[in-house]
Amino acid sequence: MVTTLHHILANSIVLLALKLGILLLLLPATLVVGYVELKVMAHMQHRLGPMYAGAYHGWAQTLADGLKFIQKEDIMAAATDRTVFSMVPYITMLGAALTFVVIPFSRHGVIANLDIGLFYALAVSSISVIGVLAAGWASANKYSLMGGLRAAAQLIAYELPLVLAAAAVAMQAGSLSLVSIAEAQRYVPFALWAQPLGFLIFLAAATAEVSRTPFDMPVAEAEIITGAFTEYSAMKFAFGLFAAEYIAMIGMSALAATLFLGGYVPLLPQLRFVPGPVWFLIKTGLLIFLLIWIRWTFPRLREDQLQKFAWKVLIPLSLVNIFVTGALKLAHWT
Amino acid sequence: MQQVVFGIVAALIVFAAVRLVTTRNLVHGALYLLAVLAGAAILFLLFLAEFVAWVQVLVYIGAVVVLLLFGLMLTRAPIGNMALDSQTRPLAAVVSLAIFGITSTIVWKTFKGQTVHFSKPNTVDTLGRAIFSQYVLPFEIVSVVLLAALVGAVVLARKEE
Repeated sequence: MVTTLHHILANSIVLLALKLGILLLLLPATLVVGYVELKVMAHMQHRLGPMYAGAYHGWAQTLADGLKFIQKEDIMAAATDRTVFSMVPYITMLGAALTFVVIPFSRHGVIANLDIGLFYALAVSSISVIGVLAAGWASANKYSLMGGLRAAAQLIAYELPLVLAAAAVAMQAGSLSLVSIAEAQRYVPFALWAQPLGFLIFLAAATAEVSRTPFDMPVAEAEIITGAFTEYSAMKFAFGLFAAEYIAMIGMSALAATLFLGGYVPLLPQLRFVPGPVWFLIKTGLLIFLLIWIRWTFPRLREDQLQKFAWKVLIPLSLVNIFVTGALKLAHWT
Repeated sequence: MQQVVFGIVAALIVFAAVRLVTTRNLVHGALYLLAVLAGAAILFLLFLAEFVAWVQVLVYIGAVVVLLLFGLMLTRAPIGNMALDSQTRPLAAVVSLAIFGITSTIVWKTFKGQTVHFSKPNTVDTLGRAIFSQYVLPFEIVSVVLLAALVGAVVLARKEE
């Protein structure tokens, strides 16, 4: 049984189809996370949330929303730069989805175990900001432009603590490969030992990278009406903003789970019988829940507070973290 | 296979580069520059320089083009579909032709007839060891120069109080 399975997996076409399948699973995953967010938000506000679509606790709500977006008319304003405007959903989706190529679901369940997986993940996550800037400009709308600029300023600022926190993890594990980093946390995750400060910095920066409250100035509904995506409608809105945002959020959670919680590695040696993908999903799910919890708990930061927090708090802290990591590593303490 | 991909990517880069300088729209120009840089990243991948390829993506696409777009949108670029032209085409043509001539002559004279062998991919491991052992002094000097530039930029940007 096992040998036939290996035999089938060795077939490169089957393997390629499987790998593409993992990327295609991202779309239904966004629907699930979207539904969870609706429900968690509602219960935190003492409401029930969606209850009708699909009969049982509104489970089909996000599916219905998605189908609704397909039926909508695709509206473009007269002054819109149509080519750039239409390119944007592809760029934001690409930037969000490419991260999953290097995320390990189990010891061997990774689309490509690159030597420099961590570096790759950070590099491709910086692509989507181009999409947001282009969306803001091509929309020919002042609010959109402002949203695009806010997004760019924020993403540039928070990219630094994100990369620096990840660099400390790479130093700790002695590798840039995400599989090796997960293996280095066999039974002791970095979030509990050696990198707790890095974990907090990474979480804050990752929340800002996916523009979620309290770092949601680029899409602040109350002042610039969803920023760069004000003019977007129908499927372009569904993919360019919603799907890309949720995929980026799942990607950042999966990356943080791998870097600081050990990804697919069991938390206790006694629990080794639980398969790796289950651990991976539990840890990623926990971080997604944490992000949703934070979103519906904290108010939005002001633009100047946001920039100050990045440059004057997070970046110095992450530099200290790198220094301490290096010193402890040299002293053989960790 | 590799040469076919190289040919396609190189053709796309040339097309994007030509459009980059002929387009009358500044933001379109920046987006064509993006295409050129992304193409260069693919070329690095083809030459088995994986790390350099992703550095190209992180630094040039994720930072330089973003800063460029940011600057354009904050200052000059009119919102939406409008043209902007600085009327210096002949001068620009002379300068860029001269630069093209000089660099291609240098490359031609230096590498003419040489074949490059790709035995194994350059890993980040060998790169790191080279930088921090053999080339540690140049690396440190570059770091100090960059730091000085950073401090200088802050000093210049600050208003006198």
